[in-house]
Amino acid sequence: MSRATPALGRAAGRAVDSGLPRLLAGVDGHGGMSLREHLATHGELPGERSHRRREAPLIELLEHAGLRGRGGAGFPTAKKLRAVASARRRAIVVINAAEGEPASLKDRTLCELTPHLMLDGGQLAAQAVGADELIVCVGESSPDSLDSVAEAIAERRGLPGAPARVHLSVVPSGYLAGQESALVSHLNGGPAIPRFTPPMPFEQGVRRRPTLVSNAETLAHIALIARHGSAWFRVLGVGSQPGSALLTLSGAVADPGVYEIEHGASLASVVAAAGGASGRVRAALVGGYAGTWIDGGLLNGVALSDEHLAPHGAALGAGVVVLLSAHACPVAETVRVASWLAEQGAGQCGPCLNGLNALAATLEQLLQGAAQGNSVRRIERLASLTRGRGACGHPDGAVRFVLSAVRVFSEEFADHARHGPCDACARPAELALPVDPRAGRLRGDPVPVA
Amino acid sequence: MSDRLRLNPIACQAHGMCAELLPERITLDEWGYPLIEDERVPHTLIVHARRAAQACPTFALLLERDRRRD
Repeated sequence: MSRATPALGRAAGRAVDSGLPRLLAGVDGHGGMSLREHLATHGELPGERSHRRREAPLIELLEHAGLRGRGGAGFPTAKKLRAVASARRRAIVVINAAEGEPASLKDRTLCELTPHLMLDGGQLAAQAVGADELIVCVGESSPDSLDSVAEAIAERRGLPGAPARVHLSVVPSGYLAGQESALVSHLNGGPAIPRFTPPMPFEQGVRRRPTLVSNAETLAHIALIARHGSAWFRVLGVGSQPGSALLTLSGAVADPGVYEIEHGASLASVVAAAGGASGRVRAALVGGYAGTWIDGGLLNGVALSDEHLAPHGAALGAGVVVLLSAHACPVAETVRVASWLAEQGAGQCGPCLNGLNALAATLEQLLQGAAQGNSVRRIERLASLTRGRGACGHPDGAVRFVLSAVRVFSEEFADHARHGPCDACARPAELALPVDPRAGRLRGDPVPVA
Repeated sequence: MSDRLRLNPIACQAHGMCAELLPERITLDEWGYPLIEDERVPHTLIVHARRAAQACPTFALLLERDRRRD
């Protein structure tokens, strides 16, 4: 079993005296922070102020802070809390640290190094929406996170303002298990696969109660905003995306790991803080495996915020950047990930099941130089047939990934279509993938966890 | 106010009744799953749309009152 190391979390992007780290403050090499260390670093948690207003003051504070969800969708957090708070039944709060994205380690990092921050946030959110139950969801493939969170929950027993019931739920591995409705299905005793919505979890979630499902990092930010205020939060970041963020940087970089950055920091500065790129970089995958490729030639001008990434058709998502080295075959890497994404579908929606399998098969034929007709046109047609037709966003993300690969690596795709596999095709994979979703092991060159 | 078609893609088993009964709005893809060109159902099609929704063996096609404004 691996142990959390200091390599898991570091600050980058700007000098420390400019306000970073925030979430990763006080994190050192000695494993997770105890409650005492946590309180010494961040200060006491502001108590539950009794208020006569219709709405908890925290919700307005989060609105002013402009906090958006950090699980990937970027939904305004205040709006989500407000929806749950205004429901007529007693609510439940779920901390989502399931983290099914293979290239993301940030939620695991929070669980292992500073679990009390997200638990503070969960507690505050529970008070704000009137919930007396808090459920922490952690993936079964991260035993260290489970241990650390279980220990932290035990330490908080009797803490003033703690929800009446706090429990830990072990979520099965799988790319889609952390999807909001999948998590609710799992907590209701069903399989961890997405459900047809609406009703949305905030209307009818765990045990049919209004349920706030919030990402671990989002709640960790709430813990700090409650302590320091919304103006403090907005000192860092850009107008449309204030604050700091955790970024998992991996691939062709000297020191891969989780970094806390300011939104809008240049990718170059983050890569420099990670010891620089190891060799020439062909492209960067931004936002995760359902994300967007950006050509290596453009990376110098890339800043890490959604408004800066939008012209590239990309978004930060859950805060993932993978650098692909110039030695790798981008077509082989794309085919492997596309096949994996097709396998990871829940198999519930016909267009997603058929569309992603057909896309993967077409890509495989193209890679082997065995495709008949214009396979890029076939890929584009399949993409438009698949996109937007699932119960969840899975087909849309997989299609986005494939289309951006076809665009950024157009020469390599044309070359493989004509001549078949290249010399680099046989190289070990740079984009790591879990071998078996239930085994939680990695194949290829894994992102170092410890 | 008008009515809107909504598909539950999890429930849909590609029986194709909807495309048979409401070709003005629904065609089938290469695997037999419905493609809805336009979810809005004008008054002139409402009877056909209702029949298509009722004919779906898995109740995957829903005809809902539109809460948004057109």
